[in-house]
Amino acid sequence: MKEEIDVLNYFLNPKMEVMKKQEVEKLLKEYGIEKNQLPKVLESDPVVKALKAKKGDVIKIHRKDPTGEYFYYRVVV
Amino acid sequence: MVLHYNPAEYETKKIKFSIFSPETILSMSVAEITIPDTYEEGYPIDNGLMDQRLGVIDPGLRCKTCGGTERTCPGHFGHITLVRPVIHVLFAKYIYEALARTCEHCHKVITEDVKKRPKKCPLCKKELAKIEFQKPTTFLINGKEVLPTQIREMLSEIPDEEVEKLGFSPQNAHPKWMVLTVLPVPPVNLRPSITLESGEKSEDDLTHKLVDIIRVNQKLKANIEAGAPQLIVEDLWNLLQYHVSTYFDNETANIPPARHRSGRPLKTLAQRLKGKEGRFRYNLSGKRVNFSARTVVSPDPVITINEVGVPYEVAEELTIPIPVTKWNMEELKDYIRRETYPRAVYVIRGDGRRIKVTEASREKILEELKVGWIVERQLIDGDVVLFNRQPSLHRISMMAHLVKVLPGKTFKINPVVTPPYNADFDGDEMNLHALQSEEARAEAREIMLVEKQILSPRHGHAIISPQEDIVSGVFFLTSDETVLDKKEAAKLLYKAGITKLPKPDKGKYYSGKLIFSMLLPDDLSVKFTSKLGKEVVIKNGKLIKGEVDSKGIEQYIIEKIFLMHGPSYTTKFLKNLTDVALEYLSMKGLSVSLRHYKISEEHQRKVRELLQKMDKEIENLIIKYKNKTLERAPGMTLKETLESLILQITSKTRDSMGEIVVESLGEDSPSIIMARIGARGSILNAIQMSAVVGQQVVRNKRLWRGYYGRTLVYFHPKKLTGRERGFVYYYFSKGLEPDEFYHHAMAGRESIVNTAIRTARSGYMQRRLIHAMQDLVVLEDLTVRDAGGQIIQTIYGGDGKDPMFTKGKEEYETKPKEDDVDTV
Repeated sequence: MKEEIDVLNYFLNPKMEVMKKQEVEKLLKEYGIEKNQLPKVLESDPVVKALKAKKGDVIKIHRKDPTGEYFYYRVVV
Repeated sequence: MVLHYNPAEYETKKIKFSIFSPETILSMSVAEITIPDTYEEGYPIDNGLMDQRLGVIDPGLRCKTCGGTERTCPGHFGHITLVRPVIHVLFAKYIYEALARTCEHCHKVITEDVKKRPKKCPLCKKELAKIEFQKPTTFLINGKEVLPTQIREMLSEIPDEEVEKLGFSPQNAHPKWMVLTVLPVPPVNLRPSITLESGEKSEDDLTHKLVDIIRVNQKLKANIEAGAPQLIVEDLWNLLQYHVSTYFDNETANIPPARHRSGRPLKTLAQRLKGKEGRFRYNLSGKRVNFSARTVVSPDPVITINEVGVPYEVAEELTIPIPVTKWNMEELKDYIRRETYPRAVYVIRGDGRRIKVTEASREKILEELKVGWIVERQLIDGDVVLFNRQPSLHRISMMAHLVKVLPGKTFKINPVVTPPYNADFDGDEMNLHALQSEEARAEAREIMLVEKQILSPRHGHAIISPQEDIVSGVFFLTSDETVLDKKEAAKLLYKAGITKLPKPDKGKYYSGKLIFSMLLPDDLSVKFTSKLGKEVVIKNGKLIKGEVDSKGIEQYIIEKIFLMHGPSYTTKFLKNLTDVALEYLSMKGLSVSLRHYKISEEHQRKVRELLQKMDKEIENLIIKYKNKTLERAPGMTLKETLESLILQITSKTRDSMGEIVVESLGEDSPSIIMARIGARGSILNAIQMSAVVGQQVVRNKRLWRGYYGRTLVYFHPKKLTGRERGFVYYYFSKGLEPDEFYHHAMAGRESIVNTAIRTARSGYMQRRLIHAMQDLVVLEDLTVRDAGGQIIQTIYGGDGKDPMFTKGKEEYETKPKEDDVDTV
């Protein structure tokens, strides 16, 4: 049995979004890094596919845990 | 030879790893080795394994290749020409990959995955052969074994561009070189022979292995030249393959290890590098250090937690370099002048020359001593040293202490700092390191000092806190009945350095609570429930209500004081508390004797009654089980149900003994008090000593192993009642029956075996974890990055919090609100 899952709104998945170009630049400047120093995510990842993100895009992940919310970033490779 | 090391000149720009080609091996070889022997009449044989061209190991001789001496000649490689090529075992996997991924007709790469080799070549459309790899060194093509010669040919036919596509560099690591045609012979330096006392020479394992290789190689050559049948040639060839394989790695799966005459497996190349005793872990990452000392540790509650008692003999041996400045010149000169203990041992001049301070040199040194020189003086009181106990699983397994030179031959530590080291005093040894630079000393003092580690970095609770007798002392001191006369009160307060008596609060007398409150800081206000279930209230540094136990000290008082007043204040508090508590405990007295574990006749009867009731219950269950009327629990067989029910009954019975024991021994029995306030022991200990030891288990089951259907021959097979299955009816102060004793030993053994296995396993897991995370670092912006600058976490731990300070810091930083304690 095959069931379609909406990965973007699935309850186990944190909220993710593709960042705008200016946002990415600001982020990289803030950390003082190059894009390739960010953690990576494969282009074939289901969420990346659902977001229609391309290689080189940066995805912002809203992570939540009992201590609060924070952001994680991954560059699509 | 003087080595001039200029880091800029010798900076490592890159490292290249490659595979030797036969040409390289030949070009670096200084001698072909053809004779499978070493010495003849005491002289190295030419073209033998100890050929003088391979280097010198005997002092006084000169190398025939470079003319260097034993010290300067680095050794030179030789070579053996193999009559027939052999597979290099350690590369066999890659040979298979290269073969299976290419087409044997057009020699092009046809697949990424060796497992997905197509039946037909997608490029030249020809039928492809089935290639199999039989570990460790055999290859089958279409089910037929192929010889290394053929494999080498197949690999040679792959064009360079295709080799590159396979992931190999045709210039540096061509797959065809993985089939060996010549074998390098390492220099004699790598395999020195040992001369035994009898004058006999004993060769290194590698030399032995090389002898085997040459011998077989020669035999193979002779047979081929004599035109021997193919079968014999192949047998010898296989033997050569075996020797070359074990020469590289003598622990390959499916190859019997080559053995020494004595039956000991030979230590060949891979064995020299691999594992805990290998070159990497033993010689390269495992370095030994100077300026360190090791001896047994013993307790000394009189020194502070920051101190370490150092034996005079150690202090005399260890030195600390002190740079000469115009401010300490005179002080250092005093050390140089001294002939006894705190004296200077060496002086290092501006040019780096090290001069020993002796009778003869002393005057000259004193005259010449200049700013910029370094004086190495002996360890004295107050020096910062690192102190460590293995296994160092923690950052707090290694802390900085201040030296205090004390008589005796052991290191002394305050017993309160044993938990971070996980030390006890049954013979534990610890290491001490004298720090050799000002940076190291400053860092140790500011970051690693014991008092800065009072809170555990794991959970933020106090890990250095009063224990055992100190807890008992505090409890008795703070109990409601404690009243002290003026003399006693003064004596106690003097221990804490308080020389002004407060106003007596109980008429002419002083309450223990008042004395205890004198030690507390004025701004401490806490309210909690003690282990005995009573409420304890401290308001503005005054203990108003309740008796303080281990929980109160550990989780409330020490922690709060640390967060409110900092490390050094807490150290002083701990010191005062310890001194006062121990003094009061010695005044009051606390002792246990056998009498304190003897329960009354009446209670003994109660215990026996409970046990009989338990036996009956077990018997009933067994009858029900045999009649099949027992109801099976979900997920269990009938037998399992029975066992689980019996276990429940036995543990229930033992627990219910607690009440009887406490009732009989009395609430005020020392062992019960100690158990309840968390000073030492538990109620279970008291039960086992005075009422019943209880059910013994192995792997969470009642005992069953040993003989057929029973644990000992004296029992009826398959009998399931308590005694047969390891219930111990007696108690320790009475003594156990022989069978009970044996059962107790069975269960005791399990815990010993478990700890042995657990430490080994968790040690390995920790090693892997540390290896994976060793160069991650938390930067100022709280990002976690690796050595290459890659971001691992955008904020440390997802919240940027240091676990050491996560226990309600906000609450303690500001002064406690009044209504916290207003309900009193």
